Amino acid sequence: MSDSGLLLPEFDEEAAPFWTAAMGGSLVVQRCDGCGRLRFPPRPACPWCQSFEFSWPAVSGRATVWSFVVPHPPLLPAYAELAPYNVVVVALEEDPTIRMVGNLVASADAPINSVDPATIEIGMPVQVVFQRVAEDVTLPRWVRA
Amino acid sequence: MLRDRTAIAGIGQTEFGKTVEGSEKALACRAILAALADAGIAPGEVDGLASYTMETTDEVDVARTIGLGDLSFFTQVGYGGGAGCGVVGLAALAVASGQANVAVAWRSRKRGSGQRPWASRLGRLPPPLQFSRPFGLLRPVDEVAMLARRYMHEFGATREDLGRIAVTVRSHANRNPAAVMYGKPMTLDDYLAARWVSEPLCLFDNCLETDGALAVVIVSAERARDLRQPPVLVHAFAQGLPQQHQTMTNYFNEDPLLGPSHACAPALWRNASFGPADVDVAQLYDAFTPLIPLSWEGYGFCGRGEGAQFDGVPYNTSGGGLSEAYVHGFNLITEGVRQLRGTSTSQVAGASTCLVTSGEGVPTSALLLRRAA
Repeated sequence: MSDSGLLLPEFDEEAAPFWTAAMGGSLVVQRCDGCGRLRFPPRPACPWCQSFEFSWPAVSGRATVWSFVVPHPPLLPAYAELAPYNVVVVALEEDPTIRMVGNLVASADAPINSVDPATIEIGMPVQVVFQRVAEDVTLPRWVRA
Repeated sequence: MLRDRTAIAGIGQTEFGKTVEGSEKALACRAILAALADAGIAPGEVDGLASYTMETTDEVDVARTIGLGDLSFFTQVGYGGGAGCGVVGLAALAVASGQANVAVAWRSRKRGSGQRPWASRLGRLPPPLQFSRPFGLLRPVDEVAMLARRYMHEFGATREDLGRIAVTVRSHANRNPAAVMYGKPMTLDDYLAARWVSEPLCLFDNCLETDGALAVVIVSAERARDLRQPPVLVHAFAQGLPQQHQTMTNYFNEDPLLGPSHACAPALWRNASFGPADVDVAQLYDAFTPLIPLSWEGYGFCGRGEGAQFDGVPYNTSGGGLSEAYVHGFNLITEGVRQLRGTSTSQVAGASTCLVTSGEGVPTSALLLRRAA
């Protein structure tokens, strides 16, 4: 948990490259060196060709909204303060079956309740931005493309 | 094959409520003793136990508290609400294969007066939760609402469709004196006026938060014929964990709306002597209303996208998790038994077959129950 009370990722072996890249302003996805297929969330082997060899290429950060919700309390206190806010699932341009959970924000430094939920639509094009939320954590979030 | 070789011979439960006196252990023991009394079987005859991995009371505590015999079979099933039919199914497999003679399956929970599980997840999160919770997708309702919004977008389902499900299930609870929502009617207008919890889902799309416990007793079909209650045969059983599934946040495969029921159904029906068209009544896992249309579709009662309008089979006749009690779906199993005994408070005339399902959205399980001829 951050000082702000928001939940944060731990950096374990499988996923650390994702979070380290985000700190540097880059969105990366695990790619199998055997068959070239992208996979997310990360795992140590490729479910399609069983290779344990992989790399972490950067992707474009272009995506479309696949679905979204607008949570209302009861929520953990740090999130209740921001509610109602949006949570989106976006589908990446490089492979629409690679989806990520995030938030649509008005700008790279705006909070997760900065977009009117009534203006969010499934299929809407978005672009990744990076928000530092703790000394060692940057979260990828999304703005309208 | 398991088919019709075992029977549910006894069912038992505690009272249900927001706050019920007694520990989860005490409630578990009361429910099991009630089920044994219903069957007319002494505790010392029990030699098999099956429970949820989330159960806080272990087999040792249950056995020495209520005086069970020497146990030769004990097992647990994971994934919360996905486990219910699984624990009953494994108990039935144990009896059918001779590993146990009298098996008990149960669930005890103090969710009404206890802490909400999602609120205890603080600190740094491991994968895969670290890819959803930091963004404020915190609760099961948020995770299901994400799929519900997509379902509504793809298939044109509406809030009114979900509201009709909530109202139907509530009307059954209104006839069931054991239900938490007994005496509390609800209209579609009440549903539409309720507060949001996670848009597009409102308060009445959510199950109750309940204290309570339930248990069933399983013996061979032959033994059941000589016992106190009309035997309810375990006709078929299956579990389902689809390829590339992720529990609750199932957003990372080709088609996230093809949930665990689509993997469970083929294994269930291939071991059955009847199909969806022969099911007289269904008890579908209903932690959230959108799970009902997804289950109708997954178990083959209608085509994809048609589940929100499907009304061909009476369902959740005790009030289910939405309006009777939310005990991780175990009350759906006991209500299935009552329907086939002819003792439901919303009895389906002449019901002889019942489908019971467990959590859709997690690795799941299902049972087909049949009245003995």
